[in-house]
Amino acid sequence: MMAPDLSVALGALILPNPLIAASGCFGYGVEYEQVVDLASLGGVVSKGLFMNERQGHPPPRIVETPAGMINAIGLQGIGVHRFVSEKLPLLRKAGARTIVNVCGTTLDEYVEVCKVLSDAEGVSAIELNISCPNIKEGGIQFGCSLAGTYDVVSAVRKATQLPVIPKLTPNVTDVASFARAAEDAGADAVSLVNTFLAMAIDVETRRPSISNVLGGLSGPAIRPIAVRMVWECYQLVKIPVIGIGGITNARDAIEFMIAGATAVQIGTQNFVDPFVWSKVLDGLTDYLQRHNIAKLADLIGTFDPTPPKPVHA
Amino acid sequence: MYHTRLMPPVDIDATVIANARLSRDYSVLSLAAPEVGRRTRPGQFVMVKPLGVTDPLLRRPFSVFEVLRAESGDVTGVSILNKRAGRSTRKLYELEPGDVVSCLGPLGVPFTAVQTPTEAWMVAGGVGLAPFATLAETLAASKTPTTLFYGARTADELFYLDFFERRGVRLVLATEDGGRGANGRITAPLEAALKTMRPAGTMVYACGPEPMLEAVARLAARYHQPSQVSVERVMGCGLGGCYSCVIPVKRTGAKALGRDGDDLSSGAHRANEEHANLVRSCISGPVFDGAELVWP
Repeated sequence: MMAPDLSVALGALILPNPLIAASGCFGYGVEYEQVVDLASLGGVVSKGLFMNERQGHPPPRIVETPAGMINAIGLQGIGVHRFVSEKLPLLRKAGARTIVNVCGTTLDEYVEVCKVLSDAEGVSAIELNISCPNIKEGGIQFGCSLAGTYDVVSAVRKATQLPVIPKLTPNVTDVASFARAAEDAGADAVSLVNTFLAMAIDVETRRPSISNVLGGLSGPAIRPIAVRMVWECYQLVKIPVIGIGGITNARDAIEFMIAGATAVQIGTQNFVDPFVWSKVLDGLTDYLQRHNIAKLADLIGTFDPTPPKPVHA
Repeated sequence: MYHTRLMPPVDIDATVIANARLSRDYSVLSLAAPEVGRRTRPGQFVMVKPLGVTDPLLRRPFSVFEVLRAESGDVTGVSILNKRAGRSTRKLYELEPGDVVSCLGPLGVPFTAVQTPTEAWMVAGGVGLAPFATLAETLAASKTPTTLFYGARTADELFYLDFFERRGVRLVLATEDGGRGANGRITAPLEAALKTMRPAGTMVYACGPEPMLEAVARLAARYHQPSQVSVERVMGCGLGGCYSCVIPVKRTGAKALGRDGDDLSSGAHRANEEHANLVRSCISGPVFDGAELVWP
């Protein structure tokens, strides 16, 4: 049997495989060149970028929880101009398909950052961060209101020719309605989910485990909720859905794709195992061969809701 | 100063060769990871976790303690000095030969070794002994006069003294209960030594709790000696991906060293110096110039 075709299409953007490094979990990508061939990934999403540099929150910034972690990094970053001049040339040279995660404290800032990126060479798409739970101003304020989501996506849509992919928060009652608002505003795809707002307390001191008190929960602990949300969005919108949430191996990635994801992002597992990428790719190929499927894209949304047969112990 | 090219890290499913319990809390975990050992330079670290465990989810950083060798001289692996403190370190303490752990490394900026006539003074607090076994071997190879200032809670927690003595390292000890060596903290004998130092000068290396590192860096500066300190912060990935393990450095210091400019703010912020330059201790460190760090 021929090697199966792992390529997927996010609108006009064709990726050689569906594995994308999630924002905030892969630095600016260049940090990982020493362990991963960046061109072998479907794509790399940069750390979230504002117009200017940001310091982020004081440490401690992360705490581990069962099968997961809570983070409040606070979007420490170098700003879009330094990213374009210092990182983008290296990513281009490495053959990475670079998706830039764009943040803003105001609608204008989103638009301005996207304009800078539109003029730069080597940006494949824009992921709009309207879902970071860890900063007070901007971001999630847009992502938690249908009108705010519509407004920021349509403003950015008018400002750039690049594919626009809003990243949705799970901290809403009905995430699919937000995917619909993004689609109506002209988004090319949606990615979900960002982290779940969470907190952990040091019971010995009764103080917070991280300096920001609240943070975002990620890792295998959130995967079943993320799978459910991807399935809900897949049923409601026509644009591609990128699945994110606790993927650790090929089985997990396949679960998201069956639920309707066209591509998937891996974040927290990259911290645990920076060599995860080739393992998942091998696992995808193995699965397709076992199931005699020639094209991975044929798997998307093939979920069969027929109840399972009773299992007898 | 840091221009020697480092080898990229590898990830090994490493079999436990031995787990020698030194005390109720400390063990030396020896891992069959020759490729990690061959690449390691003194002061670098590995990220370790038991295989297939999702709680705790992340690896833990450990300085490479020893580079292990067979009688032939071939490198067979690395060991780490483990102190039981949390869930991960408790699990590691309980491992038996034949168990398997994931071992990613080597990672981070190593120590820069000085050479005679400059002396090397290594200041260790508790589990902060870890990076000095490999550094002592490097210093012994160049016949650089080396002293280990080593402080612990009790005499029972002063480990591997014969290891250092065999390599010609002079020992200065302190215990918090006065059971062996000076009574109290190791910084007291360190300061006494700095007062009577020879003119060739010394490089002060330090690893231990952050208050100790601060005290050592300040002492070295007061007596006009350079220092290199190895820090430990809550770390997520070890490769610069997550921005968890950041530590504040002075703008001027970091720029002079030309390291990891990514993290450095341009000065456009109104922020105070403490937060202005938060750099990732995994890739900008764990070894820093003691004069470069901003202490709380």
